Amino acid sequence: MRTYVAKRLLLIVPTLLGVAALVFFIMRVIPGDVTLLILGGDQAGRIDPAQIAAMKHQLGLDQPLLTQFGTWLWGVLRFDFGRSLWTGEPVTQELLIRLPLSLELALLASMVSVILAIPLGMLAAVRQDTWVDYVVRVVSIGGLAIPSFWIGILCILLLVIYFGWGPPLEFTPPWVDPWANFQQMVWPVVTVGYRYAAVTTRMTRSTVLEVLREDYIRTAWAKGLRERVVVVRHALKNAMLPVITLVGTEFAFLIGGLVVTETVFTLNGVGRFVVDAVAHRDYPVVQALVFLIAFAFVVVNLLVDLTYAWFDPRIRYR
Amino acid sequence: MATHIELAQPAAAPALAPRLSALDEVLNFVRKKPLGAAGALIIVAMLAAAALAGSVTPYDPYQADYAAQFARPGAEHWFGTDEFGRDVLTRILHGARIALFVGFTASLAGCTIGGVLGAVSAFLGGKVDLLLERLMDVLLAFPQLILALAVASILGPAVQNVVVAVAIPIIPRAARVVRATALSVKENVYVEAVSALGATRRRVIVQHILPNVVAPYIIMVTAQLAGAILAEAALSYLGLGAAEPTPSWGLMLSGSASAYAEKAPWIGLFPGIAISLAVFGFNLFGDSLRDALDPKLRGR
Repeated sequence: MRTYVAKRLLLIVPTLLGVAALVFFIMRVIPGDVTLLILGGDQAGRIDPAQIAAMKHQLGLDQPLLTQFGTWLWGVLRFDFGRSLWTGEPVTQELLIRLPLSLELALLASMVSVILAIPLGMLAAVRQDTWVDYVVRVVSIGGLAIPSFWIGILCILLLVIYFGWGPPLEFTPPWVDPWANFQQMVWPVVTVGYRYAAVTTRMTRSTVLEVLREDYIRTAWAKGLRERVVVVRHALKNAMLPVITLVGTEFAFLIGGLVVTETVFTLNGVGRFVVDAVAHRDYPVVQALVFLIAFAFVVVNLLVDLTYAWFDPRIRYR
Repeated sequence: MATHIELAQPAAAPALAPRLSALDEVLNFVRKKPLGAAGALIIVAMLAAAALAGSVTPYDPYQADYAAQFARPGAEHWFGTDEFGRDVLTRILHGARIALFVGFTASLAGCTIGGVLGAVSAFLGGKVDLLLERLMDVLLAFPQLILALAVASILGPAVQNVVVAVAIPIIPRAARVVRATALSVKENVYVEAVSALGATRRRVIVQHILPNVVAPYIIMVTAQLAGAILAEAALSYLGLGAAEPTPSWGLMLSGSASAYAEKAPWIGLFPGIAISLAVFGFNLFGDSLRDALDPKLRGR
């Protein structure tokens, strides 16, 4: 077990290095010069070349690419992601303004999903091929099929027409005003949570179905245990592993994948931040965000695999 | 000098059950998997919409008609018209072509490239496996949207380029599934047996391992198809996919649909229903296909 953990931790290094290199060079390949954008946008042709050179030098963009990459990596190792090319503020500080919103959204959505999905998925599996199963399946496939941005648009539309409510422009953290925060977050959470719950419900259903066919479940039935005990105590416990995996990876994915929802509800979160940064060619911001999203993804994945090893004594790692 | 051992040719499969006629097979499927049949019906309807898009309605999906701006849904325009007076139904029918094109090409390309990489990884093992696995890890951890943004910025926003952006994230997922399946199939006793009988590596792979990897591959292509249609819609909605005036469903939901949402809700309503129905259909069908092909779940 200890060697397995050590090996997995070591493997994180090349993955993150690969992500860092990929995002760094992709950003440089994208057409569009950040210095021209900062200096004047469209009338770029009339800008003094000396001014461009000076700006490049000031931002450190005149150095060889590999030197820039090295400098950046060295900074990352010391948790210094550099400064935004546009605002001049440290990237970490800019990020901390937006992170609470995205994190809250992702956390609430996962909570909604787990609370809904596990009972529903279990119920559908136990009553396979009855109307209960069909309803759960149709509703959950609906959650996969209906684009979250469309639900978002419909939500806003109905709220605007019937309640004269528009999405507020500024984020109110829950510790400042819980009620205002709730009003702001409830619809985005519903939108994201439905899709998330749909994925989790399907996973719960199919794993419970598989486990219900195992020999030890037949034994449990034969012992004369009640259905509730067989399903909850014996089946559900063993069916939870793939579900934990899914909830974990979906969460890691959510942190970076809220762009569409944040766009629909005009929320100023991490997702919007990264898209704007790509549009502005704000290299340090994009690099930092992609790196951190990948980092979260890798770490959550590792934790999930370790929980596997912890929960299931049959899994032996070399 | 290699000793040549004649491998037993597979005898004709003994007839276990009377062959069902095609019609009986279909009826059987409908009875056993009503949801799957519903999915198949939606897919057929979508294929028909794509095939007949030009001849069902008398309108042009691109031609603006300022006399007919914001027409309400009615006898003339069943789904109404948009801010350029274009018939929404016509645009949705033409949009089915784009959705199917992106869905099929992206999912096939992603699953095939990923599948080949996964199989290579499983069979060569060692350093190649380690290297490919790390590469897949990097792709998995890289946010899909940034990738799509980069593709759109480098290649420009267009339908063909969306295929690239949608297909790349499928590759590592497909590679994982195929690698895992191939690894477990490789360990089976019958593989060892044919190898011991002197079958060449090539023969073992083509005749004995590949057929067992085909089912997960087909399931994956179907499953990714629905996801690819949805991804195209999301990217076009964000302005990273098809560009105006292409009748892409996602694009139809962006910009004008929200801007005129109160005045003409039908502009955004119907394309959303179209996306949901299409993805719904492919998901339903894919689920039933998986149930039918997965031996663990068969016979229930």
